[in-house]
Amino acid sequence: MLGRTLREVSAALKQGQVTPTELCQRCLSLIKKTKFLNAYITVSEEVALKQAEESEKRYKKGLSLGDLDGIPVAVKDNFSTAGIETTCASNMLKGYVPPYNATVVQKLLDQGALLMGKTNLDEFAMGSGSTDGIFGPVKNPWSYSKQYREKRKQKSHGENEDSDWLITGGSSGGSAAAVSAFTCFAALGSDTGGSTRNPAAHCGVVGLKPSYGLVSRHGLIPLVNSMDVPGTLTRCVDDAATVLGILAGHDPKDSTTIQDPVKPFTLPSLTDVSKLCIGIPKEYLTPALSSEVRSLWSKAANLFESEGAKVIEVSLPHTSYSIVCYHVLCTSEVASNMARFDGLEYGHRCDTDVSTEAMYAATRREGFNDVVRERILSGNFFLLKENYENYFVKAQKVRRLIARDFVNVFNSGVDVLLTPTTLSEAVPHTEFIREDNRTRSAQNDIFTQAVNMAGLPAVSVPMALSSQGLPIGLQFIGRAFCDQQLLTVAKWFEKRVQFPVIQLQELMDDCSSIFENEKLASVSLK
Amino acid sequence: MATPMLRWCCPGRRWIFAGIGGGSRHGRGVPTGSTSSGKRGQSSVAQQPLITAQKPRKGEREWAAVVGLEIHAQIASNSKLFSGSQVDFAAPPNSLVSFFDASLPGTLPVLNRRCVEAAVMTGLALDCHINRKSLFDRKHYFYADLPAGYQITQQRLPIAVNGSLAYSVCVGQRWSQMVTRTVGVKQIQLEQDSGKSLHDNLRSQTLIDLNRAGVGLLEVVLEPDMSCGEEAAAAIRELQLILQALGTSQANMAEGQLRVDANISVHHPGEPLGVRTEVKNLNSARFLAKAIDYEIQRQISELENGGKILNETRSFDYKLGCTVPMRDKEGKQDYRFMPEPNLPPLLLYDSGSLPTGADPQQVIDIDQLREQLPELPRVTREKLVRQYGMRPEHSFALLNEVGLLEFFQNVMKETRAEPKKVTSWVLNTFLGFLKQQNLAVSESPVTPSALAELLDLLDRKAISSSAAKQAQCVKTRKNSILIKGGLPPHLQPHLTVSGGHKVPGTQRTLTNKHPEG
Repeated sequence: MLGRTLREVSAALKQGQVTPTELCQRCLSLIKKTKFLNAYITVSEEVALKQAEESEKRYKKGLSLGDLDGIPVAVKDNFSTAGIETTCASNMLKGYVPPYNATVVQKLLDQGALLMGKTNLDEFAMGSGSTDGIFGPVKNPWSYSKQYREKRKQKSHGENEDSDWLITGGSSGGSAAAVSAFTCFAALGSDTGGSTRNPAAHCGVVGLKPSYGLVSRHGLIPLVNSMDVPGTLTRCVDDAATVLGILAGHDPKDSTTIQDPVKPFTLPSLTDVSKLCIGIPKEYLTPALSSEVRSLWSKAANLFESEGAKVIEVSLPHTSYSIVCYHVLCTSEVASNMARFDGLEYGHRCDTDVSTEAMYAATRREGFNDVVRERILSGNFFLLKENYENYFVKAQKVRRLIARDFVNVFNSGVDVLLTPTTLSEAVPHTEFIREDNRTRSAQNDIFTQAVNMAGLPAVSVPMALSSQGLPIGLQFIGRAFCDQQLLTVAKWFEKRVQFPVIQLQELMDDCSSIFENEKLASVSLK
Repeated sequence: MATPMLRWCCPGRRWIFAGIGGGSRHGRGVPTGSTSSGKRGQSSVAQQPLITAQKPRKGEREWAAVVGLEIHAQIASNSKLFSGSQVDFAAPPNSLVSFFDASLPGTLPVLNRRCVEAAVMTGLALDCHINRKSLFDRKHYFYADLPAGYQITQQRLPIAVNGSLAYSVCVGQRWSQMVTRTVGVKQIQLEQDSGKSLHDNLRSQTLIDLNRAGVGLLEVVLEPDMSCGEEAAAAIRELQLILQALGTSQANMAEGQLRVDANISVHHPGEPLGVRTEVKNLNSARFLAKAIDYEIQRQISELENGGKILNETRSFDYKLGCTVPMRDKEGKQDYRFMPEPNLPPLLLYDSGSLPTGADPQQVIDIDQLREQLPELPRVTREKLVRQYGMRPEHSFALLNEVGLLEFFQNVMKETRAEPKKVTSWVLNTFLGFLKQQNLAVSESPVTPSALAELLDLLDRKAISSSAAKQAQCVKTRKNSILIKGGLPPHLQPHLTVSGGHKVPGTQRTLTNKHPEG
């Protein structure tokens, strides 16, 4: 039951094959079993069970609220949840309980969804591994999959399997792992430079970053306001469409959301792709791209072509400037957004009370990790009067050029762009932490962050397993506010590639033993 | 001692000062001042010619002062600029604070339409160009009563620019010698107010009240077209009247609804402008004038004595009557301005550009606001002069007191007396009485009808002028003035101010509507 898609389980609930409480309890018990994945920061067991009870009453009366009624979901821990601690995986917000729900959270709850908990992330969503939060790294469920383990056994003998676990990617790694490990049916992530799509690709799930302005950011604790978008992590494209249909729309509390009404939609099943034009951006063929991802990428292009779609090479000439441009804009907004964390109104406050200034300094020193402090420092440097023109203004201009690249391509008749999501499959944690956060973010966001600068919708769809037995996802990028068209193409692709389901049965069976081992290893984490 | 001496002040655009025997001295604080220009005493600064009534003595050099003002006016609106919190200055501390006002993470600003309308109306009233597109920026600094660590303001592209404000000042000893001057309005921008810090020195604590945090402000920047305290005070007074007429701000300085900072510098005419100081904490027009004049004197004195003017912020100590440097540990602030990413550009329309089918709640039509503009004080005064043959200075006086004009007009409606007489009575006797009793017009025990009646009696020569003056002052515990019509002269003593004694022989009761009295 837990391995089903949201659609399937929703149908099962409606038919009475399972009750919301049963479903909730099963998810909760799996969350406990997979605790070593570190996907959740907070498990809101009581809240979820209560919501399940309410949902059950509705089903009994035949008054279901819709497709999400009784469905267990998880929310990244940078979305405000009323009465539930929201930490952003930072000391700064440890113990902070928001008095209000983010609009997207409220919308899920209004539909009867069950909130299982708050998922792990990089501190304030700054990272691409879900390794840099105060609650420790998230482990990729695929590390424990039958598919991966069998391959590993063939390749290397004697290595400690458990110490060589893989990262989830990030920063929404907790949400991706939660969906991938069947502990919920959909999860909210946030996507600023690829934070939803990157872990989706690494965890073999569908990661959707909607158009900027389609989904409210109210209550999402910001990283970069002009690029942040709430994203979804689901098991299939149809589920992404279902959740998007509920989340999308104008929010009077977010002035950057579109005014036009958005109706919930179901995706048509595309049978004919002959009228489609798929663009392949040549600049995305970088030397750093792994050969496996590259070959899957061309395989996907061939698939479209063989089915009659027009597949053309296109150019996004300013792609190479995207990383450095993103760095300037991101750190500048971070410097500004983080200014509110001063220990006065909420969050961490140091013991120093010599002066207000000393209190600010110590609070922020204690509250933020090195990554956050580095970004604040760089951002403030770029915003200094003497640097503003040379850095911030230039970066804004480059951002415009990057956005225009996409407009030009779409104006030339391309419907959807097809690109890799990540350079390679997920890497072991030991390998990942060799580079610092900044270098890693720059490398890993390469295919995803330009989309955020242009505000476009993009979705990562798992395509196949690598030779190591790990998921590889490809990214589709659509026209602004053509999210539905984008998802329709993604759905066609998903159906064709038939990505295998993660085989965690082994994990489920002997996870207790893994858990025991891990418990010893992870004592120091908290 | 080379004490600088105020040689003479207005009617010129600028104050002319002469330092006795200080002819060869140059202020080192003037950064680019040329000492060898040889153009001493020439007036080539700015557009306005320097009027010199007296020639400086030989060896003396003239000083010209330049004054610019920055005004923060709290917008009269029900809710704050970017949140739905109520605006009420009398509410208990921290009772009007939304999640946004407290800068809870994840909250976003939503622009208050009423505040935008207030800014547009103020811009129109000050002959500004209204920008069809304006932008919001973040101005960063750490302060306990600024919860977000930045203020949302309009630094790059404000809502209104390039306007002007006409005001009048007296040029002689007599009120009648009034001239109209104009000061440029550089820009009007919308921005958030901060909270209030209450310092408890006893316990060395600072308490924060966020009720004011996020209240909408209009920042009005006046060009440095003024040259003395009196001009600045007159300009502020006129701006106050305009804001009050528009209803865009209560503009009460004592209550902090209108706050003025003055930028002041002095230089020798013909030479580049001097280093300026900024004087803050000016909470009345009188103190504004005092502070500016003090600061001008101080700067001249400093320069005459070979000192230097620092580009600093000073505050006015109204008890000592002088300006003092504000302690600023941080030194120079870099506000690290950045566009506010959560607010799209503010677009305004006119009847020609209004998008078809647009939701009227979502768009603001400048032309429509222009039509709704009330009569401005300048026009009201002109009308008074035209309609009643009133002297211009009397029209000023009538407008300067809240409610006085309305009172006057109501009296006019009911009396047969000459406008001139009514004006004189209202401005002298009535106003004098109120001042003496320390009452606002709205608190007056005398109703317009009562005064009208009195003036009619006077007109019919039923009572004498002095009796009428006394009668006006009579009030009873029942808040009414009791006057007997056609009172014979021998009864006049009964009408003296008598602490609420009843006038004998009452025939009619003129009820006072005001609860006070």
